Amino acid sequence: MITVSSLLDDHWYARYKKISKLNIRSSIYDVTNRCNLRCKGCFFFSSGEDEAAAEEHDLGRWQAFIDDETRRGVNLAILIGGEPTLCLDRVEAFYRRLPTFCATNGLIKVPRERFPDMMVGLSLWGDEEDEKTLRGKDTFKISSANYQGDPHAYYLYTITPRQLGKTEKIIQKIRDVGLKVHMQLLSNDEEVDGFSWQAEELVAVRAEMDTMLDRYPETVISSRYYHEVITTGRMLGRQFGWQECPSVTEPLDRRQPRPKRLTNFIRWSSDLHTMHRCCTSETRDCSTCKDGAAHMSWVMVNKRDHIRTSRDLQNWIEVYEMFAKLYQFIPW
Amino acid sequence: MPQTIDQTIIRIAEIIINELKLEDVTPETFDPDLDLIDEVGIDSMDLATIALVLRDEFGIRIDEDDYPTLTSVRIISHYINDKLNSDE
Ligand code: SF4
Ligand code: SF4
Repeated sequence: MITVSSLLDDHWYARYKKISKLNIRSSIYDVTNRCNLRCKGCFFFSSGEDEAAAEEHDLGRWQAFIDDETRRGVNLAILIGGEPTLCLDRVEAFYRRLPTFCATNGLIKVPRERFPDMMVGLSLWGDEEDEKTLRGKDTFKISSANYQGDPHAYYLYTITPRQLGKTEKIIQKIRDVGLKVHMQLLSNDEEVDGFSWQAEELVAVRAEMDTMLDRYPETVISSRYYHEVITTGRMLGRQFGWQECPSVTEPLDRRQPRPKRLTNFIRWSSDLHTMHRCCTSETRDCSTCKDGAAHMSWVMVNKRDHIRTSRDLQNWIEVYEMFAKLYQFIPW
Repeated sequence: MPQTIDQTIIRIAEIIINELKLEDVTPETFDPDLDLIDEVGIDSMDLATIALVLRDEFGIRIDEDDYPTLTSVRIISHYINDKLNSDE
């Protein structure tokens, strides 16, 4: 029988031991239905999730709800929206109770005196031109001024097909403001012309992501295996999609056979009752879904299948480490 | 008649091998002290599957809160024997 220690040398085994017992139980929360931007291709607005439920305004109800979530075993709250920083009291209610990650467009600075070590993920959709086309504004100018050198913030760089050949400039400007970056791919939920991935572009973007990781290892938080899985949609000969997705809300998951999945995962709407289908757009076609977190989690929940060869297990460790760094379970 | 701990160990090892489709190991060669989570990579979903089989076979319920403590075949076997004995 193949065991973990039979596949790893001392160096890899030590890395494995740092993550093997983390037991991360995340859920995702829509903090608000509002945003101070309206990006073309934003899954939240394009799928009508902003209208799926009326937002809860009573802070006491948020606090009681979060207490229930901790009892449900959640140990990582991932806050999305809309724009969470429009409702800092709600963000604070999470932060005081749970390890919390806040995704934001970075236009509003999270006050560090209130949230000294909350991890903040700053969304970025490309260079100035793409940002203006898709988001109506060059958000980097503002977000980088707000978060320059912040050890608890990083950019979530959504690469679009138009960014091919241009990612290095972006990585460099992120490095120059003293921040880290994690790369993901646009799913083009609103079918903006020229922003859907073609097969040859996915091959090219994988090579470009690999090069960025090799050239800027201090800045880029990623792994080659993650690049492979997200660009090909394949892992250990299996195809990503609805039947394999780990990030489906558990009480709504009627799949048979049930795949390996995130334990107790729910994506909650801001009314604190309604649940969304999964970690991303309710209406997205799973066969073209490029959601980065879902692909990462797909690898992570399939640990036993990676206990096969040394390389497979090392790939698994690297993806798990990447996730653990992005959500502050281990240091950069 | 109550099972000896060695009998339980062999049976638990057999269940785990069958349920997880483990290769190149038999109930007799399965190291009962091997860390199932760290070394074999089993997760809470695997444990839930195994717990169902154990419930059907031994008529005992395994509390989900106990999953993290059930880290080896020997520990699971003692857990089951203790439950069986306390029910007698
Ligand atoms: S900033 Fe985020 S939530 Fe707001 S519109 Fe853009 S993608 Fe959507
Ligand atoms: S859209 Fe993506 S994340 Fe959602 S269920 Fe489908 S594959 Fe999973």
